[in-house]
Amino acid sequence: MPETIEKVSIEVNVNGKRHSLRLEPRILLVEMLREQLDLTGTHVGCDTTYCGACTVLLNGAAVKSCTVLAVQADGAEITTVEALGKNGELHPIQKAFGEAYGLQCGYCTPGIMLAALQLLTENKQPSDKQVRKSIAGNTCRCTGYQNIFKAIQRAAQNMKGA
Amino acid sequence: MLSQLGEEARPLAGGQSLIPLMKLRLANPEHLVDLNFIPGTSYIKEDAGKLRLGALSRHSEIENSAIAGKIPLLHDCAAGIADVQVRNRGTIGGSLAEADPSGDWAVALATLACQVVCVSPDGERSLPMAEFVTDAYTTALAPNELVKEITVKIPTKASGGAYLACKRAAPVYASASAAVQLTMEGDVCQDVAIALGCVGLTAIKATDAENALRSHRIDEKTLATAMDAARATADPQSDMRGSADYKRALIAALVKRAIEIAIRRAQGEQVEVAPIYA
Repeated sequence: MPETIEKVSIEVNVNGKRHSLRLEPRILLVEMLREQLDLTGTHVGCDTTYCGACTVLLNGAAVKSCTVLAVQADGAEITTVEALGKNGELHPIQKAFGEAYGLQCGYCTPGIMLAALQLLTENKQPSDKQVRKSIAGNTCRCTGYQNIFKAIQRAAQNMKGA
Repeated sequence: MLSQLGEEARPLAGGQSLIPLMKLRLANPEHLVDLNFIPGTSYIKEDAGKLRLGALSRHSEIENSAIAGKIPLLHDCAAGIADVQVRNRGTIGGSLAEADPSGDWAVALATLACQVVCVSPDGERSLPMAEFVTDAYTTALAPNELVKEITVKIPTKASGGAYLACKRAAPVYASASAAVQLTMEGDVCQDVAIALGCVGLTAIKATDAENALRSHRIDEKTLATAMDAARATADPQSDMRGSADYKRALIAALVKRAIEIAIRRAQGEQVEVAPIYA
């Protein structure tokens, strides 16, 4: 193991903003987001690719950012929960989670909303089965999921007009 | 590059196994060579009756591919792996090269006419699936060799298949899985391939179960014989996913269900398959 780890340069676009960063190649994408860019809306739940709290979009695809190296995001576009609300207005998905009581402690919520964002971008009218499948990789220990399913369906309705 | 770095280097495909293993310090490679930036390694094509899948094809790309959907068993397998986040990153070539005893692809592909095309500075070679995975976490790949492509012969219309996994939750490996591909003529089974997953060090070809069905009418009796044979062939270990006895019972039930779905598909019926959670 080398004593000092040589840093590498990457360029990433996070939530529409370009960043040139120098980081150790071992840094995970979630560490880069939280510790270098101070975007702490993306949470670390398990750090074992299980719980999905760290879900972000990488070029539009939901990924667990604890299981992607930051250097692998070189040249990519990342979307985190911080990009959802615009100009003080909540995103339709965020509104729906409030309206449908789709969260309690809120720890898993950013990850679930990003997984829902991929679903609703690809499928404007998902079936209940498709909603369940879309967040099968996200663990919530409070709600029992029923209100999360309702929130995602409500978000689909909210987004129709948008 | 892998030749230069030697055996302490590991190629990194989707990273959905290797990165977690590195976090646990179960893998500790000196160098990682990221394959994701190599262009032209992710594709799904049909070519002269064969499917050609680039090694870096993501599970989700296979899941959503109409061409790959021509082999429903492949769609079952791709769509049932872990969760959408893992399927968006994980690759078929990476999964095969990892050769986890609980991996899905090696089981599904063991029932099809499948070749794994490998490439190294010395050139290309093509191995049948049965020769590619040699043991748990071990393949025929040399340290400087990579999976380039997986080719699968598209079965005939009279053939149907299914891949069924039983898991405790989406993000974890299956507790047991079964793949069946069979060709029917009326209610007589012309040909059949059955493979079992998570119940041995590698995917297991259930030859005795196949023999119980091949050239026979498939009825309650032959089904029961095939289930018994699958149960006997399985060599599971007791672990956190269940006892060996439980897994033997599970594998027999999965084989039966997969056979029933494969028959319906061979008869032209559209059957949706999803992992069973228990």
